[in-house]
Amino acid sequence: MKIIVCLKQVPDTAHVKLDPVTHTLKREGVAAIINPFDLFALEAALRLREQVGGAIHVLSMGPPQAAEAIKEAIGYGVDEGLLLSDRAFAGADTWATTAALAAGVRRMGGADLIICGKQAVDGDTAQVGPGLAMRLGLPQVAFVKGWREVAAGHLVVERQMDDGVDVVRLPLPGLITVVREVGEPRPPSLKGKMRAKKYEVPMAGAAVLGLTEAQVGLAGSFTQVVEVFAPQASGQRQMIEAPAQEAGRLVVDYLVRDQIIRLGS
Amino acid sequence: MAIWVIADKCTGCGLCVKACPYGAMQVQDKLAALGPRCTQCGACLEACKFEALGSDLADEPRPDLSGYRGVWVFCEVQDGALARVSLELLGQGARLAAELGQTLATVLLGEDVEGLVPELAAQGADRVYLAQDAGLAAYSTLAYTRVLSELIATHRPNILLLGATPLGRDLAPRLSRRLDLGLTADCTELAIDPVDGGLWQTRPAFGGNVMATIVTPTARPQMATVRPGVMALGPRRDGAQAEVVRHPVRLEPGDLLVRLLASQAQGQRPVDLGAARVIVAGGRGCGGPQGMELLAQLAQALGGELGGTRVAVEEGWLGQARQIGQTGVTVRPDLYIACGISGAIQHRAGCLGARYIVAINRDRRAPIFSVADYALAGDMFKIVPAMLAALKGAA
Repeated sequence: MKIIVCLKQVPDTAHVKLDPVTHTLKREGVAAIINPFDLFALEAALRLREQVGGAIHVLSMGPPQAAEAIKEAIGYGVDEGLLLSDRAFAGADTWATTAALAAGVRRMGGADLIICGKQAVDGDTAQVGPGLAMRLGLPQVAFVKGWREVAAGHLVVERQMDDGVDVVRLPLPGLITVVREVGEPRPPSLKGKMRAKKYEVPMAGAAVLGLTEAQVGLAGSFTQVVEVFAPQASGQRQMIEAPAQEAGRLVVDYLVRDQIIRLGS
Repeated sequence: MAIWVIADKCTGCGLCVKACPYGAMQVQDKLAALGPRCTQCGACLEACKFEALGSDLADEPRPDLSGYRGVWVFCEVQDGALARVSLELLGQGARLAAELGQTLATVLLGEDVEGLVPELAAQGADRVYLAQDAGLAAYSTLAYTRVLSELIATHRPNILLLGATPLGRDLAPRLSRRLDLGLTADCTELAIDPVDGGLWQTRPAFGGNVMATIVTPTARPQMATVRPGVMALGPRRDGAQAEVVRHPVRLEPGDLLVRLLASQAQGQRPVDLGAARVIVAGGRGCGGPQGMELLAQLAQALGGELGGTRVAVEEGWLGQARQIGQTGVTVRPDLYIACGISGAIQHRAGCLGARYIVAINRDRRAPIFSVADYALAGDMFKIVPAMLAALKGAA
C-alpha cells in the first residue's frame, strides 16, 4: 500500500504571543513543530505499513524552512518526502492550499491512501483533508479513530461522530483524516534520524506543479482575513472582594450577566 | 504586482502595521517598511490615511452576486431529532435573515424526516428544502454533497450555515470545493457588514490566541461552520408554518461508494477537553480527590468537563487525558474556572485561549490572577459550594 501523509509545520501555539500594539502574532523566536495531529497521521501510516507493507511518502506546503518538518518525518521512518514551496503560495486559505497539495499528490504519482491530521493547531479549520479529497475526486472519511480491516481495495474505519462511532467501509484509493485515538506517536528511530540528517528534501514550486499564480496563494483564495484581534479574555481582571458565600454567588451572577453561562440549560 | 511606500507622504503613524494580517509591515525610522511576509493582500492600502502606499494591484471586478438570496441552515438529525446545534443556527440564521430582509430556509436530508418540519417552522424556518431517500438515511459524505450541491445550484442561497460538528466539518469542506466556494470553519460570531451586506465570520485561531474576522467577497453562498453552544436559540413560534420545497433525489452508485456498516451510540464519551465549552480545573490547592470531586460537581452543574494541572495528574487525582498545559492539552473553552491553581506559565499556556477565566486561589499574588477576568482570593472549599448553591437556586 502506498500512503501519502500530509503534514504542516506550525508555530508551537502554546508559545505564540500577541503583540500588544499591533495585535499580530509574534512569530519571532517561536519554535516550529510538526502539527501534533499530523504526527497521529504519521503514526497511523506507520502502523498500516507494519500491517500490510508498502511505502509512506510525506507531503507538505510551506516556506523553505518547512523542509525541517519533512526531515523530521524521515526520522520516524518515512520513505520519501516532497515540499511544495513558492512565494506564490503565501497567504493561501484552505481552498488554495488544497490546490497545491492536490498537484503535489499527482506529482508523487498518487497513492492508495492519503492520511491527514484532523486539523492543524494554528488554523484549526479541519478543511484541508476533505477539500483535498474533493480536489482529487477521492472518497473521504474524516475524524477516523481506528480501523478494523485493511484490504487491497478498501479500509474499514471507525469514524468519531458527535453521538457515537460509525463503522465505515472506504474504497481505495481514498483519504482519511485522523484523531488522537488512532495511536500515540512513537519516538523517531536512531536509524531514521541518521537518514534524516543526510536526506535532501525534494522541493517543487508552482510552475513545476503546473499551477498558475491565480490558482494558489492569496490570489487563489476565496476567503480573506479582514481583521485579526485579541480575544477579549485576558486583561480585564476584576477582583471579587467578598466573603466566600457572597463571592461564589456574585461570580455566578457576573457570568450570567456576561452571557458566559446560561442558567437552566 | 507590488506594494510600495511613498516616503514623502508616509508619517510613520503605524496604521498599516495594525492593518496587516500577516505581520509583514513595520515602522522603521518613522517610515513604513514592507517585510518578506507581504502577500500583497492590500489591507494596508485601505488603512493608510495619507495615500502613502502605492500599488499596481488591479481592482478585481466583483461578480454580480445579487441573485443569491436567503439564509440557509443545514439541519443535522441525531436519532430522529434535530441536533441542538441546528436549533442554535436557526436562531442565529433568523437574526441574520431579518437584518438582510431575506428569508430563513433549512435543508433537511434523510429517509423519513418530514415529521420534523413543524419543529423547524417553530424554530424560525420560513422554508424547508426537503430531500428524502433511503440513501440519505445515514450520513454519507458523497450522497449529502451531491444533494446539497444540487439544491444550492438550483436555489442560489446567499448564506449557508452548518454546525461545526464532526458531520458538519466532514461535509462542509467537501461541498465548498465541489462548488468552488469559500468556507470559514468553526465560527463563534457572525454579523452582517452594514456597508455591503457581506457576512463577517469571526473565529478563533492559533489555539484561541487570536480571533480573525473573515469575509468571502467573490463567491456565494457564503459558507461557514459554527461552533456548537455559541449561538443563542431564537424565540419559538409554535404553530408557525413553513413552506416545504421537495427536492427529487437521484443518487448514483458512485455516491454510495463509502458505506456505513454500523453505528454505535457511545455510552461513555471520550474526554475531549479541546471541545469543551466549560472547564473546571483543579491544582495542588485541591488537596486531594475530595477537592476534585467538588470541582467535578461544579463542572457537571455547568455542563462542562473536569481538568487539572500536571501536579493533580501526577498525584493521581485525575486521568492523564485531563491534564491542561504545555505537556497536556491546550484548551479554549468559553469559560475556564481555575481552582487551587497558582498558574505556572506551563499551565497558563494551556488555558489562555479561554474566553473567560475565573480564578479561585488562597494566595492573592498567584500568577493565575494576572490572566483572570474574575479573581476570587479565598478558600475554594467555601466558594465552590456557594457557586453550586447559586447555580442550583436559580435553575
